Amino acid sequence: MSLDDENAGAASADLIEEVLKAYPDKAAKKRRRHLAAAAAPSAEEESEGLVSACGVKSNIKSIPGVMTVRGCAYAGSKGVVWGPVKDMVHISHGPVGCGQYSWSQRRNYYTGTTGVDSFGTMQFTSDFQEKDIVFGGDKKLETIIDEINELFPLAKGVTVQSECPIGLIGDDIEAVARKKKKETGKTVVPVRCEGFRGVSQSLGHHIANDAIRDWVLGKGEADEEEIGPYAVNIIGDYNIGGDAWASRILLEEMGLNVLASWSGDATLKELERAPKARLNLIHCYRSMNYICRHMEEKYGVPWTEYNFFGPSQIAQSLRHIASHFDDTIKANAEKVIAKYQPLVDAVIAKYGPRLKGKKVMLYVGGLRPRHVVTAYEDLGMEIAGTGYEFAHNDDYQRTGHYVKEGTLIYDDVTSYELERFIEAIRPDLVGSGIKEKYPIQKMGVPFRQMHSWDYSGPYHGYDGFAIFARDMDLAINNPVWGLFDAPWAASQAELAEAAE
Amino acid sequence: MSSLRQIAFYGKGGIGKSTTSQNTLAALVEMGQRILIVGCDPKADSTRLILNTKMQDTVLSLAAEAGSVEDLELEEVLKIGYKGIKCTESGGPEPGVGCAGRGVITAINFLEENGAYDDVDYVSYDVLGDVVCGGFAMPIRENKAQEIYIVMSGEMMALYAANNISKGILKYAHSGGVRLGGLICNERQTDREIELSEALAEKLNTKLIHFVPRDNIVQHAELRRQTVIEYAPDSKQAEEYRTLARKIHENSGQGTIPTPVSMDELEQMLLDFGIMKTEEQALAELAAKEAEQEAA
Repeated sequence: MSLDDENAGAASADLIEEVLKAYPDKAAKKRRRHLAAAAAPSAEEESEGLVSACGVKSNIKSIPGVMTVRGCAYAGSKGVVWGPVKDMVHISHGPVGCGQYSWSQRRNYYTGTTGVDSFGTMQFTSDFQEKDIVFGGDKKLETIIDEINELFPLAKGVTVQSECPIGLIGDDIEAVARKKKKETGKTVVPVRCEGFRGVSQSLGHHIANDAIRDWVLGKGEADEEEIGPYAVNIIGDYNIGGDAWASRILLEEMGLNVLASWSGDATLKELERAPKARLNLIHCYRSMNYICRHMEEKYGVPWTEYNFFGPSQIAQSLRHIASHFDDTIKANAEKVIAKYQPLVDAVIAKYGPRLKGKKVMLYVGGLRPRHVVTAYEDLGMEIAGTGYEFAHNDDYQRTGHYVKEGTLIYDDVTSYELERFIEAIRPDLVGSGIKEKYPIQKMGVPFRQMHSWDYSGPYHGYDGFAIFARDMDLAINNPVWGLFDAPWAASQAELAEAAE
Repeated sequence: MSSLRQIAFYGKGGIGKSTTSQNTLAALVEMGQRILIVGCDPKADSTRLILNTKMQDTVLSLAAEAGSVEDLELEEVLKIGYKGIKCTESGGPEPGVGCAGRGVITAINFLEENGAYDDVDYVSYDVLGDVVCGGFAMPIRENKAQEIYIVMSGEMMALYAANNISKGILKYAHSGGVRLGGLICNERQTDREIELSEALAEKLNTKLIHFVPRDNIVQHAELRRQTVIEYAPDSKQAEEYRTLARKIHENSGQGTIPTPVSMDELEQMLLDFGIMKTEEQALAELAAKEAEQEAA
């Protein structure tokens, strides 16, 4: 442990205390547990490869009034896990708002013809009216499923994404699902992801995983297709801006066969046949570890985590993945790494000098608060603080592999806290979401959206790294930051000085 | 409008709320009062004795047919029954689906907004069994019923329910001004029924407004879908309902804020009246019975 780290830790701890002063005692007590400076790892942790200990309290209810940016269970199921399954129609079952405001999904790219065989960016809702609340929405749901089958014969199935009122009035969506499946032979999945369940979108991921387990796996027609020894699944990659495609290229180049992509650019068939793979590769651990554990228990498919952000992690992950296979694959992994090395060198040569030493603060969702850390470090940048919206303990534990001691850690950060942290640290870049973007830019701090890649991407894989480096440079070295002060402000100051 | 009195009948399911309320309202109409009945039960049987038939066109069933409640006209859901009593039923979903509570809210708002409460002296709400959710509490919420009459009997569960309903009234007593008008005991011929009812009334800070004796003529009238007032206007039972109606009419503005008791207190009262036995008593009796059997 260096003196620098210790100083950083002390500074972070002071900053936390300073920020907490604004709260009433009770709120301060509650929030204090969610904020910490990454501590020195214990001997045991160090032996497991952790470089710090990020033990903050997580996955509990947000304090009312603090303007959390968390989502709800419906967001976790419809928006994250199910929405990207492109050849199924996802019905937002309930009043119109939830479907309306999640229309178009979150840039999970897909191939196919929207409205014919793919439906990702379309919005289907049962648009509840008063009478549906009073008399129940099950009849309307049946009608909608019938209409979908008539209008979109190529849709492979339907999921029912429950909005809050469904749980309140007790609509029997399971009975409708069974009935319609019997009638049409197509998969119908009822998902009990009412928004009031749980403390964040995280429970929605879990519920959606369970729905795949209960209503999809082992339920489709038997697939006799021979699966080779190199079949793997990409799990927990939602293909934001084409991420899963950039990842697939690398896996295929090293001789693996990507059987299914969950759930970016996914088809129902891919979900159904996933248990036949030899290995599950999980990127977003938070949102899909549940189904990986299930596939391991029931179908004996082992799983391993990987990280395709930035060349250091990509190379490490490719070697780690290859270690589960034979020597051919292992040799191929080295070839792939060698092949892209010139690209990596060129990217770092070009952007490294422009980005070196720049400080970054992150506040994102499932995996990125830790996974992208090394990508920044590959460019010579530093992480000053990071935090998750809806992580659990195991996510913070994993974060200890990535961030060094003294890093500021904030769980379910409130808008006030984040603003104060940014003011105090004055990082060169903040990576977070659309709700943070404009206030932070108005503070004069460069910003990139790290949920949607700010309409860019992909950021996964070697191709993604080049785009990532360019985007960070665009944000940080944009000439606009030099024009931040009003042109007359300087001259006023000078005048005032002159007047004295 | 200033003289409009809004009352509601609550009580344990099957206690005879609808029968008692309709007979009482039939007696009130004889006294020259103009009355509107709002049935708040998906079964829609709060107006059957007044209309001499089961109401078919409930607010919610017609709204569902028409598309939404905005598409309804008041005339479609307002039926005229015995001596001009206006009758309406909220209706609601079949058992086990949807949300009947929301239905009650929708129906009452519709009736109010569309002037169903104009030109009447009394609005009477008849609400199903227990205040299970916010929807069924609608009549006791802001500016709806001012006086609640709890129909009960000397049975234990009816007493529990009365106490529970008092809790509901207390909850809204300060925000909306609802008051407990009194208890109406529908005789079940249990032990010391009147005393028990009076004791509960005292505990709840209210009064036993009337003790309605049991009389089979009520059933005879009901089989003919009539109130006793209509079926046998000269009977003793009809006179009982007239008395109750008069007492309610004279009870205007005399409602109280109830003081519901704790479960322990209620049970102690039942023990005192010998309705409920302590464990020791129950065991002793059981032992005595067994001894008796052995002796035989």
